Amino acid sequence: MRVNFTVNGRPQQADDVWEGESLLYVLRERLGLPGSKNACEQGECGSCTVRLDGVPVCSCLVAAGQAEGREVVTVEGLAEYARLRARDSGDADGACGTSLDEAKGWRADGADAQTGEGAGLSPVQQAFIDAGAVQCGFCTPGLLVAADEMLERNPDPSDADIREALSGNLCRCTGYEKIMDAVRLAAARQSEGV
Amino acid sequence: MPTNGVPTKITQGSGTKGGIGESTLRPDGTLKVTGEFAYSSDMWHEDMLWGQILRSTVAHAEIVSVDTAEALATPGVYAVMTYDDLPTEVKHYGLEIQDTPVLAHGKVRHHGEPVAIVAADHPETARRAAAKIKVEYRELPVITDEASATAPDAVLVHEHRDDHHVGHVPHPNIVHRQPIVRGDVAAARERADVVVEGEYTFGMQDQAFLGPESGLAVPEEDGGVHLYIATQWLHSDLRQIAPVLGLPEDKVRMTLAGVGGAFGGREDLSMQIHACLLALRTGKPVKIVYNRFESFFGHVHRHPAKLYYEHGATADGTLTHVKARIVLDGGAYASASPAVVGNASSLGVGPYAVDDVDIEAIALYTNNPPCGAMRGFGAVQACFAYEAQMDKLAARLGMDPVELRRRNAMEQGTLLPTGQPVDSPAPVAELLRRVKAMPLPPERQWESSEGADVRQLPGGLSNTTHGEGVVRGIGYAVGIKNVGFSEGFDDYSTARVRMEVVGGEPVATVHTAMAEVGQGGVTVHAQIARTELGVAQVTIHPADTRVGSAGSTSASRQTYVTGGAIRHACELVREKVLDLGRRKLGSYHPAWAHAELLLEGGKVVTDGGEVLADLVDVLGDEAVEVEEEWRHRPTEPFDLRTGQGNGHVQYSFAAHRAVVEVDTELGLVKVIELACAQDVGKALNPLSVVGQIQGGTTQGLGVAVMEEILVDPRTAKVRNPSFTDYLIPTILDTPTIPVDVLELADDHAPYGLRGVGEAPTLSSTPAVLAAIRAATGLELNRTPVRPEHLTGMS
Repeated sequence: MRVNFTVNGRPQQADDVWEGESLLYVLRERLGLPGSKNACEQGECGSCTVRLDGVPVCSCLVAAGQAEGREVVTVEGLAEYARLRARDSGDADGACGTSLDEAKGWRADGADAQTGEGAGLSPVQQAFIDAGAVQCGFCTPGLLVAADEMLERNPDPSDADIREALSGNLCRCTGYEKIMDAVRLAAARQSEGV
Repeated sequence: MPTNGVPTKITQGSGTKGGIGESTLRPDGTLKVTGEFAYSSDMWHEDMLWGQILRSTVAHAEIVSVDTAEALATPGVYAVMTYDDLPTEVKHYGLEIQDTPVLAHGKVRHHGEPVAIVAADHPETARRAAAKIKVEYRELPVITDEASATAPDAVLVHEHRDDHHVGHVPHPNIVHRQPIVRGDVAAARERADVVVEGEYTFGMQDQAFLGPESGLAVPEEDGGVHLYIATQWLHSDLRQIAPVLGLPEDKVRMTLAGVGGAFGGREDLSMQIHACLLALRTGKPVKIVYNRFESFFGHVHRHPAKLYYEHGATADGTLTHVKARIVLDGGAYASASPAVVGNASSLGVGPYAVDDVDIEAIALYTNNPPCGAMRGFGAVQACFAYEAQMDKLAARLGMDPVELRRRNAMEQGTLLPTGQPVDSPAPVAELLRRVKAMPLPPERQWESSEGADVRQLPGGLSNTTHGEGVVRGIGYAVGIKNVGFSEGFDDYSTARVRMEVVGGEPVATVHTAMAEVGQGGVTVHAQIARTELGVAQVTIHPADTRVGSAGSTSASRQTYVTGGAIRHACELVREKVLDLGRRKLGSYHPAWAHAELLLEGGKVVTDGGEVLADLVDVLGDEAVEVEEEWRHRPTEPFDLRTGQGNGHVQYSFAAHRAVVEVDTELGLVKVIELACAQDVGKALNPLSVVGQIQGGTTQGLGVAVMEEILVDPRTAKVRNPSFTDYLIPTILDTPTIPVDVLELADDHAPYGLRGVGEAPTLSSTPAVLAAIRAATGLELNRTPVRPEHLTGMS
């Protein structure tokens, strides 16, 4: 089958999709966007977290066909998504998410595949690097999408709020302490307007 | 003054930013947060096929027949291979003992053993084709424990052993046996005022690295193959892969792809040979990616163990003796079992001074899943038991458990039960003191202005208590882990370091085969080069087999050994650069001939700080390059009868204090805090060091309260191969982990550093268990602890 949907602001079309393919598979293997990860492919680890019409989902549990006509944001588009959200936050009523119309009005700029440069990083991405929250990095894309979405809803989270919001994302390397540090750091920088 | 003319090492690099001791950020950090970092499962090639493995559905059986006809006839299938299709006479592999079939021949020995492989143009086509392969099994009785393995009529897991351990083991279903005998336990027992015994069970833990086993094999025009792979040791893989393919090693090119964690689970081969076989057979690139279900069958696990301990002490708490028997279940293939036995036995009394010791450790061959390396490697299981024993002894003596440990703590100079002196700082008592001195989390920490926050209570969001029936407990533990490969292994690494001017700036390039698995080796490699060469710009070359072996990313050894190799190569490069400077510019200043010279901030300076030249002018168009192997001091094997011998290189010590709250009615545990103090010798990158300690601590927490691969004792089949049923700690399960880092230099090691990664995984588990015992008053002789163990339902 053919599937049409928008990924990081760009219309995408995937052909010859087998009906059993997940959104994760189509992103990774057909659209050249392997940033969303395949740690469990059973909806338990959160490494494949993307936003589907703004809602964080495990893309391994979404059939590709379900994404037809919808908006997907992956880690590859996170920086640009955050940049436009920050730009538009003046018109929006606080940090209450990005409307579908707004989401449709943007697209991610390309990043250099070797260095990542050119993307510019979102506050939460930069905070993960600065706080030492990245080790092997396999959980990182999913955590970034989930953490960014939480900070959009709740710009001043308590520690318990952070733990609850990220409880669907497994990390095996860090013991989560540096991830907590990173999210606190991103929240603090966001509130300071850094 | 150094005698070899090398500039004083203490001062070299101290004036250059981004060197050792700073928390520089990961060079791969940006790629990892943007999704651009290419892990092994992200590899893609035009025209590539997907490989799939068919695995046995039973644990122990003769293979009567394999019929691949229907699978081969499936549209989209390019190849189906079984044992009969292997191209050479080499059909087995293994880390130490080559007992593992590439594909099963005549027999399967564990649930999930590879029987056939398929290549197809879509992963689902490959899966469906594999399911069409008809394998007829004739089931055999299963060996699942020591009793069934050593029974007089026991079926032999391996009928024709010819490995170098078979001559000294008491039964062919025992892989390796290592006794450690020192002093006279019988006489010492006479001096004991109290003797405590215990029998302990350690469950089978999975590494649960998040990046699944995966890679891409690309056939090359010269008949060779290029494998992009996630592994812990490229050259060890190469040594095992090439003979099976019938290729010389230089025709099997290996490049490290991004590795999504390892923790020991990537020491053994997984899909490497299978992908290469299919690529060479089809002439097309072949990608294999396990899903999580397959990953549980695709790598070895931590050995489950039964441990029998007897500790004696005089009334003042001084240990008289330790007697122990440690039975590790190695499963169907040897993997790293012999070395795990060596660790469990030689470190079996823990970080304590005891003169009279009688330890026996064995690893079994069974039909359970193969077990091998996992973070802590034999020392973890022993630590769980000896620390439980120390608490038991303290209770019997009416002593404070920390005081009992302090009284028996080893120090620099203490002899291990192997007779080897611990010849570097061993601050065991100090680590315990530090971890005990940390402030405790407040009582009833779950209370807030809005009432009880269930997220901070046992049961969490299940909302099972608001504090009713919740009891706090505090527990302590300390452990000792060896660093580096022991028992006489030639444990070396290789580094190639190049210095040249690029874009008007001096740049160092560091090329090693070190597997970066997330630990941050690439970060410290760049720091070492900055410190030793006084440059700002360091390029880390991708790891591959075009440079010599770096050894394994395991045994907490890479910063020590590959770090040591890089420092050594940098020293040689520095000497060559200074020689170049003397030749080119020596006549301009007498200091070139007479002063101690350093490289700092891209310049040649005297130890007095006078600038002699810019490195750009010294180097000009020339590149200086060195590739050298580097070794730590040698070790020796343990005597097979007495276990005596200087078997270890270095030790790493950590202590934990666990604070838990237990819902005693429901048997639910919430770990509130897990504080750690660890001696790291020298923290080359403090941020990364703390990250290692917190991560290791959390894996120890996991096996204390939730992680266990369950194997049906009747069928030897794995019952929970998924993250739905095998639970690892989430961010809600994990407490705050305050870390106190001690830096007492080991003079034998580069910069005085100690391997960091494993020690925190040891003492975390027994500290949590001790805290749960303190909260509940229960004996709790197994890990992980489950609700039924706390409520009397089991």
